[in-house]
Amino acid sequence: MRITTTVNSEPRDVDDVWEGESLLYMLRERMGLPGSKNACEQGECGSCTVYLDGVAVCACLVAAGQADGRDIVTVEGLTEGNDLHPVQQAFLDAGAVQCGFCTPGLVVATHDLLARTPQPGDSEIREYLAGNLCRCTGYEKILDAVKLAASRMASSPTKVAK
Amino acid sequence: MTTTPQTRPDKAAVKGADRTDVTPGGVGDSPSRPDGILKVTGEFSYSSDMWLDDMLWGYTLRSPHPFALIKSIDISEALATAGVFAVLTSEDVPGENFYGLEHADQPVLAKDIVRYQGEPIALVAADHPEIARRAAEKITVEFVVLAPVVDAEVAIGHKPWNPPAESVDAGVDGQVPHLHPNGNLVRHLKLRRGEQDATADVVITGEYEVGMQDQAFLGPESGLAVPDEEGGVDLYVATQWLHVDQRQVCAALGLPPEQVRLTLAGVGGAFGGREDLSMHVHGCMLALRTGKPIKMVYNRLESFFGHVHRHPAKLYYEYGAERSGKLVYARVRMYLDGGAYASSTPAVVGNAGTMGLGPYVIPHVTVDAYGTYSNNPPCGAMRGFGSVQTAFAYEAQMDKLAAELGLDPVAIRQMNALEEGAQVPTGQVIDSAAPVVELLERLKAMPLPSTESDQLDLRRMPGGVSNTTHGEGVKRGVGYAVAYKNVAFSEGFDDYSTARVRLEVSGGDPIVTVHTAAAEVGQGLVTIEQQICRTELGVDSVVVHPKDTSVGSGGSTSASRQTYMTGGAVRHVCGKVRDRVLVLAEASLGRTVSDLRLENGSVVSRSEGVLASIEQVLGDEVVEETDEWRHRPTHGLDPETGQGFAHVQFAFAAHRAVVDVDVELGLVKVVELACAQDVGKAMNPQAVVGQIQGGSAQGMGLALMEEIVIRDGKILNPSFTDYLIPTILDTPPMPIEVLEYADPNAPYGLRGVGEAPTISSGPAIMSAIRAATGLDLTRAPVRPEHITRT
Repeated sequence: MRITTTVNSEPRDVDDVWEGESLLYMLRERMGLPGSKNACEQGECGSCTVYLDGVAVCACLVAAGQADGRDIVTVEGLTEGNDLHPVQQAFLDAGAVQCGFCTPGLVVATHDLLARTPQPGDSEIREYLAGNLCRCTGYEKILDAVKLAASRMASSPTKVAK
Repeated sequence: MTTTPQTRPDKAAVKGADRTDVTPGGVGDSPSRPDGILKVTGEFSYSSDMWLDDMLWGYTLRSPHPFALIKSIDISEALATAGVFAVLTSEDVPGENFYGLEHADQPVLAKDIVRYQGEPIALVAADHPEIARRAAEKITVEFVVLAPVVDAEVAIGHKPWNPPAESVDAGVDGQVPHLHPNGNLVRHLKLRRGEQDATADVVITGEYEVGMQDQAFLGPESGLAVPDEEGGVDLYVATQWLHVDQRQVCAALGLPPEQVRLTLAGVGGAFGGREDLSMHVHGCMLALRTGKPIKMVYNRLESFFGHVHRHPAKLYYEYGAERSGKLVYARVRMYLDGGAYASSTPAVVGNAGTMGLGPYVIPHVTVDAYGTYSNNPPCGAMRGFGSVQTAFAYEAQMDKLAAELGLDPVAIRQMNALEEGAQVPTGQVIDSAAPVVELLERLKAMPLPSTESDQLDLRRMPGGVSNTTHGEGVKRGVGYAVAYKNVAFSEGFDDYSTARVRLEVSGGDPIVTVHTAAAEVGQGLVTIEQQICRTELGVDSVVVHPKDTSVGSGGSTSASRQTYMTGGAVRHVCGKVRDRVLVLAEASLGRTVSDLRLENGSVVSRSEGVLASIEQVLGDEVVEETDEWRHRPTHGLDPETGQGFAHVQFAFAAHRAVVDVDVELGLVKVVELACAQDVGKAMNPQAVVGQIQGGSAQGMGLALMEEIVIRDGKILNPSFTDYLIPTILDTPPMPIEVLEYADPNAPYGLRGVGEAPTISSGPAIMSAIRAATGLDLTRAPVRPEHITRT
């Protein structure tokens, strides 16, 4: 089947999509956007988190056909020209990246959290990010990264909107 | 010796900035990872992200049975499926059908027999992954199903601790079947020291069990095999040791190394689970057969069958002690179930046996450590490697002894602690720092988290937002444990790393290229390689060459060894490059100068200051050196007594866990998990703290939630829905103190960091639950029913 979408602000049409494919598979294997990750493909790890019409979802749990006519933003779409988004920069600076397989999903989830709650407390961060597994860091530096991004975005509010 | 205590991770992260002697971006600083920008933007290419025109997808048909004979395999219907390009069985393996890290006992594809659930039997290549999967379902395999051997003690004819159901293990005529030609014993390590019939005032016994843990790296096993036009193949794969893979792939394909070239693809975590082959040979076989690139990506379910796990263990401990608390003797038997194939079981048994009494002085020692075959999933390397399992036992014994004598659990550990100059049970003398007493002292001195909270926050309670308690029935406990781990490969293994370093002028500036085959798996070795080059050569711009087999072996990314070993190799080769540059400098100066060194892009002498820039000295000259570097030699253990200089270096860490336990429901919330570790030298303080916190969380997982549950040889929970790893909500704040007592034998004085924190965090949590509940707790992971005893 043919799927018509907008991905990272660009119109993207894909042909020959098999009905059983997920949005994640379509992004990774048919659109050349492997940034969204395939860690569990069953909605448990959050590594494939993308925006679907502005709502953060696990791309592995969305059928490709459900994305037809919808607007999708992936981790690749958060970069602002050549500049990293403050969330991306904070993950780098805080040492929140080791193997990095969880990072794209966590970057999108954190982006979403800070759009809703610009100055979250520790418990709020932990609750919101509880659907994103990380096996390398023990999460301490991820917590640091979220707080660093929040404080930088508060002092430079033009960066908040996406 | 210097001590640099750190109170908070963020301070540790900027420690280098406070030092005047640190090269910016060099050793002791915390520069960003060279792959960091790619990783935060989603552009980093992991092994499952690769893609080529005309590529096919490979799929593996696996055994549904843990133990069965294969009578026939019919691939005709699968082969006739539209979109299928090849279906292969053991008949199609071009070279040896057996591979393995230490013993080549594992078939590339099963021929007449399968020994574990999930064992590969056939391969399919198709133009869509779903077509490949469905075609594999059309392969007809006729099995004769056998009763699996599922207990390590039964497997080697020992009296079992918890006898399994009789029907399961009886085998033919009541005999336990031999799963391999030489029987079911993989290794028996004997340790005998002091008097074997020693007696003592107080005797403490315990029987402990540790479940099977999964590495649960997030990036699934995957890779891309690309055939060339001369019958060879290029394999891009996520692994921990390219050259040991290459050796095994070459044997299976019947090809020489120059026709099997491996390049490290992006690795999404490893933790030991990528030491053994996964899709390597399979992908290459399909590529060579079809003449097309083959991509293979396991999904999470297949991943649980696609790599080895941490050995489950049964541990019988008897300690004798004086009334003062001083340990007199230890008598220990331990069983590590290696599952269907040997993998690294012999080395795991070596570690468990030699490190299994922990960082304590015990004069009279009897240890028997057994590694066995069974029809359970194969077990091999996982972070901590034999020391993790035994730490649950030796620290439980210390708690039990303290309780028996009415002594403080920290005091009894300190009273018996190893220190520099002490002899360990193998007779080896510890010849660098062993600050066990100090690590515990520092943890004790750290402030405890408050018990009172102004307002109820369910997210901080046992049971969390399930709203199971508002504090009623909740008891707090504090517990301590100490980790003790050998670093690098032991028992006489010829352990080395190779580095190639090139210095040249490009675009008017000096640039260094560092090339090793040592796998970057997330830990930050690529950053360390850059830091060492900056410090040794005084050049800021350092390119890390892709990791591949066109340079010599970097050894395994395991055993906490890469910063020591490949770091040591890079430093050594940088020295050779520097020597050549300084010779060139003296030639261009026309005289010899004492004290020459490279600093800030210049040739500098202490007495004369800057003499020339590196660009001036080098001109068009390219200085490149390649060499191997070894740690000091170790030796095998005496087969009867287990005595010998077997280990290069010892790592020590200690944890203090604070837990809240809902004693009515058996739910545990870890409130805080503090760690103190001696790292010798914090090469990259931010990365060191990251290793300690990440390792601590994995140990916490094993204590509280992580277990591959096996019944009759079959995995009951192969998914992240049912195999739980800690989330950010489960994981507590982790304050870290990093000590730096230089090891004079190691490069920069460093001590391997990665594994020790995984060893002591779980036992500290168990100790804290004991303190809260008064229970013995002999099994990890601890389940609610162990606490409620219902």
